[in-house]
Amino acid sequence: MAEMVKQETGGNVAQAEHTRDNPMFTPRFDIFERDDELILWGDLPGVTTENLHIDFEKNELTIRGCVAPRQEGAQYLLGEYGIGDFYRTFAIGEAIDTEKISAELKNGVLTLHLPKTEAVKPRKIAVKAG
Amino acid sequence: MLATRWSPWNDWTEMQSQMGRLQNQMNSLFGRYGTANGSSFAPRSYPALNVWENDEQLLVEAELPGMELSDMEIYVNGGNQLSLKGERKVPSSEEGTWHRRERGYGKFARVIELPHLVDPDKVQASFKHGVLTIKLPKQEASKPRKIQVKAE
Repeated sequence: MAEMVKQETGGNVAQAEHTRDNPMFTPRFDIFERDDELILWGDLPGVTTENLHIDFEKNELTIRGCVAPRQEGAQYLLGEYGIGDFYRTFAIGEAIDTEKISAELKNGVLTLHLPKTEAVKPRKIAVKAG
Repeated sequence: MLATRWSPWNDWTEMQSQMGRLQNQMNSLFGRYGTANGSSFAPRSYPALNVWENDEQLLVEAELPGMELSDMEIYVNGGNQLSLKGERKVPSSEEGTWHRRERGYGKFARVIELPHLVDPDKVQASFKHGVLTIKLPKQEASKPRKIQVKAE
């Protein structure tokens, strides 16, 4: 099967700038394909369900997580990571049953189920002996 | 007769610009550590930590998405050493294909030296939305003291 999850939109192409003066990060994702669905796991530490926006339109999946600023004005003794919003887009090259998409957010990890439409699910063909 | 001269400084700047380019590529690969405006936070070990302080306590924060507080071990040794241990488990994968695997798994351990003596009995840890915050109250001796200056 051809690679179903294509290159992220974005890449080297200039991305749309965001208006808020808040750092924006690309969250890390795992993507797993089963016969009947695609499963995505994404690390979104600090994001709550109210601040998570997932859109699926024209085969483009967009994940936006807003993180409330914290540690503002802190003088770091050790500062190894930045705090900001999360944003990522995937082009999904497979027919997805948008009605049945489900998402769960637990301990900063997003689990997203994208079920395939009936038409694209693999079917086993029974071969009769002649 | 030398046709070309070796100029160490040219080589050096060339090397530096190559290093810069490489670093930018690394940052875009591991996007989490490269912010939109280009600055980078180089992670040395996992988990990355932010440490800051106020008069009363030291604060340590780490992003550990997908963990539970019960999966972590937090120790304070000798009053000025903090150690963090844990394991992130692989999501169950039955039959299927991985298209991307960017999130790491496995055991981690990290020990840091704290700049103040802390009170190990009063250390508090909270874990919310994948963010671990540890509050380490300073020992009395380490707290700043205001010195009253008397006018003669």
